[in-house]
Amino acid sequence: MLSRVANCLYWMNRYLERADNTARLVDVNLQLLLDQRALDERALAGHWIPIVQSAGDEKLFATLHARATGKTVTEFLVFQPENTNSILAAITQARENARMVRDQITSEVWEELNRLYLFLRSPAARQLLDSSPMEFFQVIKSSSLYLQGLTNATVLRNEGWLFQQTGRYLERADKTSRILDVRHASLPASGVPVSVTQTGSLEWAAVLRSCSAWDAYKYIHGADVQPALVAELLLLSPDFPRSVRFCVQWVNTLLRGISGVATDRFSNEAEKLAGRLLAELQFSTASDIFDGGLHAYVDELQAKLNRIDAALFHAYIFQPFLASGVEQLHQQEEQQQQQAASAVPGR
Amino acid sequence: MFLPDGTLRPHYRKFVSRFGTIPRAELDTKRGAIDALFLRQGITFNVYGDSQGTERIFPFDLLPRIIPATEWEKLEAGLIQRITALNLFLHDIYHEQRILKDGVIPPYYVLSAKHFRREFVNFRVPGDIYIHVCGSDLIRGADGGYMVLEDNARCPSGVSYMLENRRAMRRTFPGFFEGTGVRTVANYPAELYEVLQHIAPAGVADPTVVLLTPGPHNSAYFEHTYLARQMGIEIVEGRDLVVRDQRVFTRTTKGQQPVHVIYRRIDDDFLDPTVFRADSALGVPGLIHAYRAGHVSLANSIGTGLADDKVMYYFVPRIIKYYLDQEPLIPNVPTFLASEEKDRAYILENLDQLVVKSANEAGGYGMLMGPHSTKAECEAFRAKIIADPRNFIAQPMVPLSRHPTFIEETNQCEGRHVDLRPYILYGEKTTVIPGGLTRVALRRGSLVVNSSQGGGSKDTWVLFADE
Repeated sequence: MLSRVANCLYWMNRYLERADNTARLVDVNLQLLLDQRALDERALAGHWIPIVQSAGDEKLFATLHARATGKTVTEFLVFQPENTNSILAAITQARENARMVRDQITSEVWEELNRLYLFLRSPAARQLLDSSPMEFFQVIKSSSLYLQGLTNATVLRNEGWLFQQTGRYLERADKTSRILDVRHASLPASGVPVSVTQTGSLEWAAVLRSCSAWDAYKYIHGADVQPALVAELLLLSPDFPRSVRFCVQWVNTLLRGISGVATDRFSNEAEKLAGRLLAELQFSTASDIFDGGLHAYVDELQAKLNRIDAALFHAYIFQPFLASGVEQLHQQEEQQQQQAASAVPGR
Repeated sequence: MFLPDGTLRPHYRKFVSRFGTIPRAELDTKRGAIDALFLRQGITFNVYGDSQGTERIFPFDLLPRIIPATEWEKLEAGLIQRITALNLFLHDIYHEQRILKDGVIPPYYVLSAKHFRREFVNFRVPGDIYIHVCGSDLIRGADGGYMVLEDNARCPSGVSYMLENRRAMRRTFPGFFEGTGVRTVANYPAELYEVLQHIAPAGVADPTVVLLTPGPHNSAYFEHTYLARQMGIEIVEGRDLVVRDQRVFTRTTKGQQPVHVIYRRIDDDFLDPTVFRADSALGVPGLIHAYRAGHVSLANSIGTGLADDKVMYYFVPRIIKYYLDQEPLIPNVPTFLASEEKDRAYILENLDQLVVKSANEAGGYGMLMGPHSTKAECEAFRAKIIADPRNFIAQPMVPLSRHPTFIEETNQCEGRHVDLRPYILYGEKTTVIPGGLTRVALRRGSLVVNSSQGGGSKDTWVLFADE
């Protein structure tokens, strides 16, 4: 498979997963506010700023919006053209990647992705967000699930599929850890948190819901929301399909699928790092995580995921992508005459 | 569609008898469904200079152009004659140059042509084929006779619209095709793939064929991915290819893999920065070396642009006569060469009556339409022609034929100007795909069929019979 194609498939799925997670995160937190009494500006900012932080775009947000409210944060994370991680930007990038490998993805997948993109760019999308945010996010979430289903049902299980799934699970691991980290400010710097306020409990439930983990949590632990149990489920569960461990398990398997190496061996840096991270997650408990503080742990985890991504690029994709001269490249691409139309037929 | 007295031409009867029974509202629904389908499938072209990255669909008209069997046979013979002669001509020019030595074409015109590649004189191209894929634009004059407007011998595009238009029509009017006897166009990708395999370097039994695209920002990118998918070959950009020991490889996740045939949709100038334009970011350094070493084949060959120089166009009837000893079956549009003294005098005297074209521009650039231009524009062209006569030709205004077309603004069918681009493949055998892209100028009175200037397209039906 062409390296460039592998790269496009990988990123197409990363962006799709990113948009999906952002949609859930914003949706859940908008709903959460409905359960709280009127908040003053500071409390409101306290609610929303961590959401922006979890996407890592706090600085950019501050330059664009004076206050963090439901409206500004939603705008920032959904449509903001300057924000390269907004839902619109992520879907646009996913589609752009898909467009570059149209010959490699099924028409079912392409048409659904294209439909979602066209919807987001239409005035109807904004109207729906204004009139009924829940329905708006439902559209995004449903489409994302539909795309995952289509991928499952129509895509050949070849190398391209392995790259697609690797992108999907790596991004999901990263996003789950970021969502978990949203409410870290309410936790002690180190040690397992013991008690939690009523608001706190609602907030941690929101974290679960943002990861579609609420039902799974209730099934295992009942309705009493404890931060330590939430972290354990989202980081260490071998069974919950959005937990970091579950995702890393998949990344590890998928990487071995690409190279054909047995799971207990490695042939490149990406495989080594993924295997090591998996072992660490397999042999950790919640108290190991809270010893050094949740936030520090998640930070380190994200760095490890990034290293896997970089090693993957180095192993399979690496080629001199033009960092500079992109403008010139695009200009020349456009310039190529395709003898499309003699413009004026004859005379 | 209609005879001069207003009666329906016989080969339209079957279509009209069915089409006429469809209620108006249903037609509107079907039209909307096709547009939505094209948009959803991403059958679009990129609008340049639009920062929003706007993509548009090429407007599609439900009324097909229908061509009866006998009429098509004549066209087919004429197109085969033309591509055969052009390939012989290119071979001669890049080898013995007999046609120049015999004084049939003044050498000056060939040697001064912008796309003449003197580096490839005496280079033997695979299979001696220069033009593998050709799209010649045809128009019909006042008497209904077909004429060739120009030859596109480099990277003719639009074939994906021909295929998709047919698919849309079949989907929308499945009942129409039964019993009407419309010849299929669907084997184009397979035929093209056969041509590409035919030109593989000697000794390669199972060649790897790729399509080289400029990239997703090109207006024809949809077509590139479409053709690659239909042929089951990989679509590559310049940066996906690497040359080692005069052989071409793709960069893959499993290392470098050899490539034998490249269907390139990039101009000669951009193919290899070490040989042609040094600033090309699209090309592959070393590609030309590999080509010259015979390790990789290109379609179309390098240097075919000579055949679509508009000055060469003037000589095509002589080329056909010289190599095939035949009269052209499809005539040219009458043409005047600005470098010939007598013609130049005529052109300069009648600027306001003529269409003046630059020899090497496409897409309607560098062009003067005398009757529709201001005095100042005519004067500007006069100066240009006098300064560089080699670069200009002139033709009389040909009133294009018209075809009924649904017009949204007036909500009814009106006559609109059309042209036709059939596609010709030249490999082991020569194939003219029975159909083509009929482009239509949607604006009233307009002769411009260009997609960026209000042009649309129609499905083109070639019948098995005459009605």
